Amino acid sequence: MKVKTLKTAVMAGSLALMTPLLALAEEAAAPAAPTLDTGDTAWLLISSALVLLMLPGLALFYGGMVRAKNVLSTMMHSFVVMGLVAVQWLVIGYTIGFGDDQAGGFFGGLNKLMFNGITIDSLSGTIPEYVFAMFQAMFAIITIALISGAVAERIKFSAYCVFALVWTTLVYDPIAHWVWGGGWLAKLAPAALDFAGGTVVHLSSGISALALIMFLGKRRGFPTERMAPHSLPLTLLGTGLLWFGWYGFNAGSALAANGTAALAFTTTTVAPAAAGLAWMLAEWIHAGKPSALGFASGVVAGLVAITPAAGFVTPGWALVIGVGAGVICYLAVMMKAKLKYDDSLDAFGIHGVGGAFGALATGAFATVGATGLIAGNTAQFFSQVIAVAAAGAYAFIVTCVIAFVIDKTIGLRVDKDDEIVGLDQTQHSESGYNLF
Amino acid sequence: MKLVEAIIKPFKLDEVKDALNELGIMGITVSEVKGFGRQKGHTELYRGAEYVVDFIPKVKLEIAVSDDMVAKVLETIENSAKTGRIGDGKIFVMPLEEAVRIRTGEKGGEAL
Repeated sequence: MKVKTLKTAVMAGSLALMTPLLALAEEAAAPAAPTLDTGDTAWLLISSALVLLMLPGLALFYGGMVRAKNVLSTMMHSFVVMGLVAVQWLVIGYTIGFGDDQAGGFFGGLNKLMFNGITIDSLSGTIPEYVFAMFQAMFAIITIALISGAVAERIKFSAYCVFALVWTTLVYDPIAHWVWGGGWLAKLAPAALDFAGGTVVHLSSGISALALIMFLGKRRGFPTERMAPHSLPLTLLGTGLLWFGWYGFNAGSALAANGTAALAFTTTTVAPAAAGLAWMLAEWIHAGKPSALGFASGVVAGLVAITPAAGFVTPGWALVIGVGAGVICYLAVMMKAKLKYDDSLDAFGIHGVGGAFGALATGAFATVGATGLIAGNTAQFFSQVIAVAAAGAYAFIVTCVIAFVIDKTIGLRVDKDDEIVGLDQTQHSESGYNLF
Repeated sequence: MKLVEAIIKPFKLDEVKDALNELGIMGITVSEVKGFGRQKGHTELYRGAEYVVDFIPKVKLEIAVSDDMVAKVLETIENSAKTGRIGDGKIFVMPLEEAVRIRTGEKGGEAL
């Protein structure tokens, strides 16, 4: 849905001022050029701000789950990318994602470097292109921040900053182009469906998180040492902010204030609700107690899974996707405890697994504005499989290369003593809590 | 003089304090402490990661009393801190050599 339909109404507008008769004649002949819709514009301005609010939400969600000595460094992983990626987006990110198609749909050209050519009159569909570019910027920012959950409590801050810039440029921006910038996944027949970023945001970040921790290694003392969350109230507050911001993420991805946005808003309520309950019940049955962290984790898993499907499925199918996401992600996270790989805060278990499940579920249950398996369209499901496999493989391989190079040059990890003292002290010379 | 040190369940603190006040105790020092006795710890489970918490939170009271008060203080703490369930805590009594009241310079029993 979030397909760029850029029309430059600027020139037509200035011509119209000079030669009204000619312009009238042109308008009658040519198909009506899209004009600015104030309702759509207002909703997308708000949605963009809502998506940015997910960053402090994620900072709290992750920050509460680490030990007290690492709370600031973990929250900073979400905050610093609000600086880094916003600047990167202006300079080069937007043009790689949404510039003129290059290399057979692999990435965008450099024609929009530094937002070149965009004016206050430029339109993208019915909204100003500035709004479109900012809405997309927020997605780039949140995606890299999602990865930080896997590497918390041991990554060097400088290495994280370099990784964030390089990964966003080489992995996120091209994949965003493939799906939303008119790239090759958008040109498949039928085009791969990704309403708000199941593949582009969640699958890519989840898989990359897995690749990155292969090079980073486990936290010292994992899994024998006690690494319990230091403040689950922060995590719960973060979950609430994430859900709130996700309305902008999903309902905003209709790129209009219309019925599709309303459907996405509805499914973004139903799926996380069902997923939170499903995770809680699965844990209650399997481990004996319904935990607060479990409910919160389920809510996020449901938000992830409904993201690619939000405007394509009816609320009943959103319920099914939510229950599926809650149970599947619970099992994925339990597998981690068995396999002993150290994805600190389960970026892969929730975003990688939930994103892949959601993308495939979209191909299965889509009936609104597209058709999936249940409507007899097996080709759509096949396109989803291609999108998941291609984005997953690309993200995994490129992340491995980036991680390898950073590890061999500046080093990914803090040294042993710094890790024991904590990243707040050793990376930032601060403490999260100064109570005495 | 004796120093009475009592380790009790945190939620019993107010009851014990009120009971000791009625006895006419002049001061109590309280600290939040952690430890284990026969109760041992408990387990916590976070997304499948299980941790045994060995040391559980308790409250420690320190009360300096004159020798004639010791028996009453022990009885009062025992009665007010008891729930009858495991983990109610312990009371220790130690000899106390000297006490000084900093503001007035009083010493010994006068200082309490």
